Amino acid sequence: MIRDDRGRDDAPALGAARSPADARVLLRALGISKKFGGVRALEGLSFSIRRGEIYGLIGPNGAGKTTLFNLLTGIDAPDAGTFEFDGRPLAGARPHQVARAGIARTFQNIRLFANLSVLENVMIGRHARSRAGVLGAILRDRATRAEEAHIEQRALALLEFTGIAARANDAAGTLSYGEQRRLEIARALASEPLLLCLDEPAAGMNAAEGLALKALIESVRAQGVTALLIEHDMRLVMSVCDRVLVLDQGERIAEGTPREVRSDPAVIAAYLGTDPDAGASRAGTG
Amino acid sequence: MRPRAALRRDSRLLAAGIVLTAVALAALPFALAGIGTAWVRITNLAILFALLALGLNIVVGFAGLLDLGYIAFYAVGAYAYALLASPQFGIHWPFWVTLPIGALVAAVFGVLLGAPTLKLRGDYLAIVTLGFGEIVRIFLNNLGSPVNITNGPRGIARIDGLRIGEFDFSSADTLFGLVVSGPIKYYYLLLAALVAVIFVSVRLQNSRVGRAWEAVREDEIAARAAGIDTTRVKLLAFAMGASFGGVAGGMFAAIQGFISPESFVLVESIMVLSMVVLGGMGNVGGVVLGALLLSFVPEVLRFTVGPMQRQLFGRMIVEPEVIRMLLFGLALVLIMTLRPGGLWPSAVRRRELSLRGGASGPLR
Repeated sequence: MIRDDRGRDDAPALGAARSPADARVLLRALGISKKFGGVRALEGLSFSIRRGEIYGLIGPNGAGKTTLFNLLTGIDAPDAGTFEFDGRPLAGARPHQVARAGIARTFQNIRLFANLSVLENVMIGRHARSRAGVLGAILRDRATRAEEAHIEQRALALLEFTGIAARANDAAGTLSYGEQRRLEIARALASEPLLLCLDEPAAGMNAAEGLALKALIESVRAQGVTALLIEHDMRLVMSVCDRVLVLDQGERIAEGTPREVRSDPAVIAAYLGTDPDAGASRAGTG
Repeated sequence: MRPRAALRRDSRLLAAGIVLTAVALAALPFALAGIGTAWVRITNLAILFALLALGLNIVVGFAGLLDLGYIAFYAVGAYAYALLASPQFGIHWPFWVTLPIGALVAAVFGVLLGAPTLKLRGDYLAIVTLGFGEIVRIFLNNLGSPVNITNGPRGIARIDGLRIGEFDFSSADTLFGLVVSGPIKYYYLLLAALVAVIFVSVRLQNSRVGRAWEAVREDEIAARAAGIDTTRVKLLAFAMGASFGGVAGGMFAAIQGFISPESFVLVESIMVLSMVVLGGMGNVGGVVLGALLLSFVPEVLRFTVGPMQRQLFGRMIVEPEVIRMLLFGLALVLIMTLRPGGLWPSAVRRRELSLRGGASGPLR
């Protein structure tokens, strides 16, 4: 059990009320564009993620994957286009508001609170779903004590879920690479997200760690959490994702099931390069 | 599980320890007064600095924001008290009004400093806060004309002492046949304030708010992604730290009866920061230890350096005033070299040092 209905109601409403139209869609991106200086990072990108699915985002280096992540999580603002999350617009939301709205993320280059304990890391992840302030902290009244106990209990449950409970009291920085990835996921899940965004979670993992990660992502989905996965590891993407969006130079070149995407000529061209002569000569010798 | 008998023994030991410490602390001023009344005053000043260090510890130790102008909040608290309880404007409000006002005004100044510096960290933040401290001092120095508010460099004199009804903290009383001097009364008051501030610090540290500060100190981007409003959390740290300073400043004004901008120079900020860093940033016990040590050591040296030279060499070779600060500086260098996490480092600092495998800048 990683979901918890308590505290769901204190998520602040972002913008307008939820629209009933197409309740199956959790996140909709409409015409997202972003330029850095003169460089076009994303151009009119639209896609939608359905509730409960694992949605992959792939593309060669510089395709705009990380830019999209940063726009979605409120680190940067898009030049044009909107995100609609859970029926509400996310326009102009700052990172902590995005987290409160129900989008949690992990980082490509792991960002843990390295000097804090593993348990504290996950407890901090519950910040968005708890409310004690200065007065509660000083007086430690019954509501605050109950909330603290609840935070700790949820955090421990998540450590169990991600399989690192034995390290609860160690400094996060002492964990192995694979364990640190798991801790990041546990911390992200602590905010009870509707959408979990994973930025290259398999990067730098060995084969065994990769397999364990795949199992973890699948058990996260089994809990009803939708996931957006950016990944370079094709095997992981192809085996775990329901649908995949392929970006190249800031534009969408394909979308579909892993099988459809894999055989798409545009995708093959983007990944292997488009050199007509090379193609012709290969055809000739073959 | 430990046997219940052992737990009971532990809690009895703890209770006995608390009672003994309380008795010792209660008896301390009378013992000190036996050596000389000056020592009671020195102890009072040391406790004031412990209050300041605990306030700065919230900003620097908990939230990781380097503040080199912290003494400005002490000044703001002191002047707020002085202006509302002295002949300067002929206002004589009681301390339970003026001290909270001082804390509040200091907290507002904390937010004023925090708001424009939200995006700054480390060295850059240090420079801005240093400037802030100087601005406050220079303002206090120059607000004597054309409209006289602070009386300029001459300072404000004849500030009311603390009093509750007929009970005046500034004058001596005879209680149960025991002469209790003004400084001794203030000692008890300051001790109570110190206990309260320690309590608040520890409670804050082990709470949702304290965890948010830790998160901001460790990694701001990750903190934001975890749903922490870093703007709010940082301003809260500045405001809380400043309000502690404001209360300490008010008490300082009441105890001294006279304040002037000279008491709030940059060196004082550096001194409070040294107390925090040398004692153990982020660890409440360490910070109090640092404050007491750095307050007492120079005073002890003042009284011992001279006689010691006479004893060793038969005559005075170096003036005590000259050698005192030299020894003091040397002690600071030695402690920080040998114990980079401070005398009593926090658990987080210990982990940090062991993870990095050596000393590093305490403030990133």
